[in-house]
Amino acid sequence: MSRSAVVVAIILTAALFAPWLAPYGEAQFVGGVWDPPSVRHLLGTDNLGRDMLTRLIFGARNTVSIAGLATTLAVGLGVALGFLAAALGGWVDALVSRGVEILLSIPVLISALMVLAALGNSLAVLIATIGLLESTRVYTIARAIARTIVVREFVAAARLRGEGLVWVLAREILPNALPALAAETGLRFSFIFLFIASLSFLGLGIQPPAADWGSMVRENAPAINFGLIAPLYPATAIALLTIGVNRLVDRYLAAESRPGAA
Amino acid sequence: MRGLIAARVGMGFLTLAVISALLFFATDCLPGDVAAALLGPQATPEALATIRASLRLGEPAGLRYVHWLAAVLHGDFGRSLATGRSVVAMLRPRFQNTLALAGLAAIVAVPLALGLGVAAAMRAGGRLDRAVSTLCLLTISVPEFFIGYLLILLFSVQLGWLPSLAVLHGGMSLAQRLGAITLPTITLVLVVLAHMVRMTRAAILSVMSAPYIEMALLKGLTRGSLVLRHALPNAAAPIIAVVALNLGYLVVGVVVVEVVFVYPGAGQLMVDAVGKRDLPLVQACGLAFAATYVGLNLVADIVAMLVNPRLRRA
Amino acid sequence: MSPPLARREFLRAAALCGAAGAVGGMASLSGCAVPDGGGDTTGMLRIGMAGGSTSDSLDPRTYVDWMPINIGYQLMNGLVEIDAEGRAVPELLESWEPEGDARVWTFKLRQGIVFHNGKSLTPEDVIYSINLHRGRTPSAAQAVVENIVALRKLDATRIQITLAGADAELPATLSDYRLLVVPDGFEDWAHPIGTGGYTLEVFEPGVRCITRKVGGYWKPNAAHVEAIQVLSIGDAIARTNALISGQVDVINRIDGRTADLMRRNPRFQVIRSQTGQYAVFAMNCEAEPYANADIRLALKYAIDRERLLKTVLNGYGTVGNDQPIPPNNPYFAKDLAAHTYDPDKARHHLRKAGRERLDVALDVSDAAFFGALDAAILYQGAAAEAGITLHVRRRPADGYWSAVWMQAPFCGSYSDGRTTVDGALAKAYKSTSASNETRWRRPEFDRLANLARGELDPARRRELYGVCQHMICDDGGALIPLFMDHIEAGSDKVRGWQPSAIYDLMGQRIGERVWLA
Repeated sequence: MSRSAVVVAIILTAALFAPWLAPYGEAQFVGGVWDPPSVRHLLGTDNLGRDMLTRLIFGARNTVSIAGLATTLAVGLGVALGFLAAALGGWVDALVSRGVEILLSIPVLISALMVLAALGNSLAVLIATIGLLESTRVYTIARAIARTIVVREFVAAARLRGEGLVWVLAREILPNALPALAAETGLRFSFIFLFIASLSFLGLGIQPPAADWGSMVRENAPAINFGLIAPLYPATAIALLTIGVNRLVDRYLAAESRPGAA
Repeated sequence: MRGLIAARVGMGFLTLAVISALLFFATDCLPGDVAAALLGPQATPEALATIRASLRLGEPAGLRYVHWLAAVLHGDFGRSLATGRSVVAMLRPRFQNTLALAGLAAIVAVPLALGLGVAAAMRAGGRLDRAVSTLCLLTISVPEFFIGYLLILLFSVQLGWLPSLAVLHGGMSLAQRLGAITLPTITLVLVVLAHMVRMTRAAILSVMSAPYIEMALLKGLTRGSLVLRHALPNAAAPIIAVVALNLGYLVVGVVVVEVVFVYPGAGQLMVDAVGKRDLPLVQACGLAFAATYVGLNLVADIVAMLVNPRLRRA
Repeated sequence: MSPPLARREFLRAAALCGAAGAVGGMASLSGCAVPDGGGDTTGMLRIGMAGGSTSDSLDPRTYVDWMPINIGYQLMNGLVEIDAEGRAVPELLESWEPEGDARVWTFKLRQGIVFHNGKSLTPEDVIYSINLHRGRTPSAAQAVVENIVALRKLDATRIQITLAGADAELPATLSDYRLLVVPDGFEDWAHPIGTGGYTLEVFEPGVRCITRKVGGYWKPNAAHVEAIQVLSIGDAIARTNALISGQVDVINRIDGRTADLMRRNPRFQVIRSQTGQYAVFAMNCEAEPYANADIRLALKYAIDRERLLKTVLNGYGTVGNDQPIPPNNPYFAKDLAAHTYDPDKARHHLRKAGRERLDVALDVSDAAFFGALDAAILYQGAAAEAGITLHVRRRPADGYWSAVWMQAPFCGSYSDGRTTVDGALAKAYKSTSASNETRWRRPEFDRLANLARGELDPARRRELYGVCQHMICDDGGALIPLFMDHIEAGSDKVRGWQPSAIYDLMGQRIGERVWLA
């Protein structure tokens, strides 16, 4: 297995088996603020004196699951709507595209506050909000790609043959759009990771003391001014996951892009 | 094409109207109002009532929105509820600052991203490709404020080369402005680079696998010419879309960078306006941002049509 | 972003010990300063502070956050100042005299003072300036002057104030930062005219402000620097970096760890003031389960205050004992029961209330006070040992004071120090207060507090205020774990910088007090 696959596998294992793997409790206070690494605390402690390694492991569980679900929702929704808008064109395209423009224009702060005020705070609301907001970006890209494919001759030929819309989308558009969409999905997963932290900061989503890698970077960031590397642990974790996931996407793209493979 | 543009511009105004209504009612529904925000938690009920009466907050929301809309259609964006100053006078310099920062970051980031993306695609799997990919993936892993902090730590605190504050004001020379704006620009470039690089690379790679590319290779075209004249135009669609998205982000989404560098942009103005429930100001900022996205989307679609003539018939 | 510290009125009783002093710097500041451009910068004091917003105005009726207050004191003067020991000293009011029962006071105006526009200071100006906040006025200071029923000019040098209820410390009450003096009838708040040492040159709300010295300032030994620039820097790390990279000379609101970092560096000095500002977790005494006094005590014993002090404030503060008068206040009751962390006592009180376990939610945001979220998380961990399950709910900072404070039955809140003990008690503990966040209403407490306010004999006052403190500590709904110090830092070039008894930056008068070496 490639290195990236190994890294991703480790993180997923941590996510799945967190309570058994973590040396301490997620909310357990074990030491002083930003203690250096020691035998009992391999990565030291965080800004409140909790074990950093434990928080990373539980953070894997919390964030990866939410990010995974939200990404699936965002990509699924964005691709489906983007392809439909491109294939159907006309007023469907106009309507959906304007709706997406509206969502994109409203600053995240206001959207988050509105959602909080209207629907309260829960993981389901968090995932749905992220999925909806992020799908706008996937939509823009999916639509752009699909439009160039839709106008090509082989698609017109398929329509003339009488193929239905879904068949055209799935068999003609999707395979050609897959490489770019795969790259977008890999990136979207990483963006969503950090978006979760931003929303939690605003008060929507993960409630304390649940660990979240993005929030951990923010909470431990002041340590940098004191020459301590505490925030680099969660930042590195995010980086490793991001690089791992996107490298896997790269390997897929490389396999698909050999001339003649289509 | 001209008819299309006219139709899009028309729809653009409609979109702006919808957004203005959404923002108005959404902000109005948030807890608290401008009177409470201005006077603070210690305010007496009488003082609150006085302010509310003078600002006509007692009227129903729908009526207030209609008043606002009517004024806007005459070109009057009103006065800030919190300060009484003209909304346009408050927003204009801040929005100019935002556009300046976004523009500078875009001028650096877009060509750089396209260049790196093309280079990485041409030597896919090679050392350059891996280095570029790793750099990109690192920058998107790190939250923007943290990138900002790290840059400040290095260039302002340790090396002392650049200021940590990007506060701009009238008396500054061009050199001073550029110096102040350098670190925020670098931060933003790093933030948007990855998305554009990776998408460019992916789009070109996917096009490179098409049969006509193999045909061109067999005909003896150099790789460079191949990529630039055959692959890129066909790969353009998603690249244009990503560039448009990131340009939009540079204008609308950079509040965090404004906070870290204390840059007087429109993002912070809108956050303050929402916090104070200053509806006319919120509306004006919102419209400015929305117009940006609408404009960018329109330009993106037009450029896509120019690059790919087949789309013009659609 | 920075908590709304200035939205509260201020505490201070008569005499107050000064706080721990500054760490002086010896070496000169090595220059990596980047000139900020625009105008003459020699002798300019550059302040980078939290507490500014794009909706700021220089109208004193709207002062709810620090930056406009700081600028206000550069341009204008108040009636009374509070010195470093917490005593009320004359500013524009030169002397004062209460009548027998402290309900009527006569004030003598300082003579020979001239506004920036050449007009002489007269009693009409003072009366107008106070009346800005009385009656049907949209002023944030209305509650402060509510007690005044009559305000009149006696002669060319004296005014008389009549109160509804006796107040032995009226001068200290009149030191409120919103009671600034402007000419009679003045309304042009974009260009304030005052009697201060500086005039306004540039004002970009929420961004920066520049004022310039006028010369001929009436106050002795004040207004040394030629010009003052105030920059609004809301982000704490950005503030610190601005100081370290030499772009500003003075910053406010730094946290305890940054303070230690600064103290180790001889280029900087750190000023620490104990002003009586406190953090509070407020329980609604009219809601279940907090209506039960034993439940309240159980929750008070279930928090580890020492740990909070160490972790959240890094020691820059004092442990609080569930009542609002700080230990360095002369009226502080020394015999209060200490509510140190004791899970067993907590369980004991739970059982007295008929329960084995307790399950409650605590609503917080960092808008409540600096480190509120961290404090709540630590509380959650400590309370678990006592059988109390505390759900910490993070609420948005936006609209916190409208949607959570006074709404949620158990939430984080905060109070700034006050210039008088009565100010502290009146704000949140009297039944009549609109900001009684615990809804704790005890007519006996009101009676004693009002009696004490009008009591001119210090020994009797101390006795009365002692009883008041006991009542709040033992029975009240306010869990006050910490008194928080104000910490500010700056380059060692700044001289004459002292800790203050109220707010930070020398009572926000730093502009006219310090000079640059």
